[in-house]
Amino acid sequence: MIEFKNVTKTYDGKVNAVDDVSFTVPQGNIAVFLGPSGCGKTTLLRMVNRLVPITKGEIFIDGENTNSLNEIQLRRNIGYVIQSNGLFPNMTIEDNVTVVPKLLGWDKEKMRSRFFELMDLIGLKPDDFRKRYPHELSGGQQQRIGIARAMAADPPVMLMDEPFGALDPIIRSHLQKEFLQIQKEVQKTILFVSHDIDEAITMGDQVAIFKDGRLMQYDAPDDILANPANEFVSTFVGADRAIKSLGLHTVADLVNQLKVTPVAADSKQISLKTDLRQILSIFFNEGYEELVVVDEEKKPMGSITIQDVQKYLHQTNQSA
Amino acid sequence: MTNKRKASTFIRYFFYGIVLVFFLWAFIQGYFSLIFEQTDEFLRLLRQHVLLVLVSSLLAVGIAIPAGILVTRPAFRKLEWPVLNLANLGQTIPSIAILALVMTYLGIGFYSAVFALFVFSILPVLRNTVAGLNSVDPALKDAAKGMGFTPSQILFKVEMPNAAYPIMAGIRTAMVMNVGSAALAYLVGGGGLGDFIFTGIVMQSQEYLISGAVPVTLLAICIDFFLRFIEKITVSKGLRRSAETAEAS
Repeated sequence: MIEFKNVTKTYDGKVNAVDDVSFTVPQGNIAVFLGPSGCGKTTLLRMVNRLVPITKGEIFIDGENTNSLNEIQLRRNIGYVIQSNGLFPNMTIEDNVTVVPKLLGWDKEKMRSRFFELMDLIGLKPDDFRKRYPHELSGGQQQRIGIARAMAADPPVMLMDEPFGALDPIIRSHLQKEFLQIQKEVQKTILFVSHDIDEAITMGDQVAIFKDGRLMQYDAPDDILANPANEFVSTFVGADRAIKSLGLHTVADLVNQLKVTPVAADSKQISLKTDLRQILSIFFNEGYEELVVVDEEKKPMGSITIQDVQKYLHQTNQSA
Repeated sequence: MTNKRKASTFIRYFFYGIVLVFFLWAFIQGYFSLIFEQTDEFLRLLRQHVLLVLVSSLLAVGIAIPAGILVTRPAFRKLEWPVLNLANLGQTIPSIAILALVMTYLGIGFYSAVFALFVFSILPVLRNTVAGLNSVDPALKDAAKGMGFTPSQILFKVEMPNAAYPIMAGIRTAMVMNVGSAALAYLVGGGGLGDFIFTGIVMQSQEYLISGAVPVTLLAICIDFFLRFIEKITVSKGLRRSAETAEAS
């Protein structure tokens, strides 16, 4: 659990880069810090491991005030991933991944087995990469190694500063999904800086939106999309926020809430796992009147129309 | 292999050929006779020459690398400009003038020559150390700091290894230059193979000139090769590719 209490950062005694920010990130959650550049999100992130000193206020990790800890020890217990991956070009992949365990004085065998474990976790063959150097890897592979390195000493908390920002869109969304899978297993408490609303919705259990150092809204993604706290948030999430929020729900959610009409005509089949944003684009692109929902055994359950999606969206927005 | 590489290999072997032909010619003319007739004297001068180069270069490396590290620390950043310019000044004064100045204050002999060579080789080492350390990607230092490296761990595990290539190149430049400059040590009574060369000039004797000058050249080439070998084993393989492409372009 990470707790921010009235955290403020003032430069030169006048500009508040971070202004009286308070909120709590529960254990095992991903909180995305979102906002335009210069809004203080990175500064706030860097205050957690004290790369930026706190002017006023306190940050607690699992109840412990970060200012009461030795800053070197504090940082060794927090995973840190940056946009440009920050892998050391002079070290092999294995040395890069085990760099923090080495600082902590682990023995060789423990480091080796941890390296194999982590490589399995991020889906790269350990023996293929052990002796290679960062420049021999693709951007996506390098970023995966960067994430493995941050998790090496199994820190309960991880800070990620736009970790997928330098990757192309296809690799980025691939790594996002992959990382969410990893997170299901490792259950870290993660602070994740992003400037991309879509990434925030995909990755975040909570999203914190900042403007000029102040916290505008801190909520679950669908709450932010359904009920923006103010003008700034609603412009920032975009006029298409309703459509974005559809990406958070699947056909299964819709079927649970609405009664599906029995299949009238033969049409394109869709699975329960498809998200509603995709459904909408199928309707628009392919011109169907209705789509047939099939269960896991490919048995038709009923059909849905574009009006059903609209109705579902209204109902969920009202309940949120 | 690219065409560029082919051309550079061709040119290299072409020059090796010219050097070889020159050697044969000089040997047939008997220009190396002094080395065989006065072997003891030749070896004494050679040893002196090597000693001049080694002592002055080691001193320069011992001063310039720590100085380069110091002026790139955040607390001493302000020193970078004056220190580099002071070293530049040392470089702009002609070597003969430095020798004359040194002779005025330190008298003649081995140590005066060492001092002059030392002043002369500080700059390449210092400049490359500073440039090398400054060229280390700030993101690497940030990542290291964020993972809990102490400042000295950042210096020795991240900054120095990643700046190793330019630093080694600076040392190589300084030492190879020093081999040539050390021939001037004769002028302040510092000895070395300059003895043969200057005798050759004064007496207009090809034998003296070539028996002095050619070993100096060979010594420079040997030191260059030796340091390239050291470079290969000290600079990480992970850095070599980027350094090679940078050199080729």
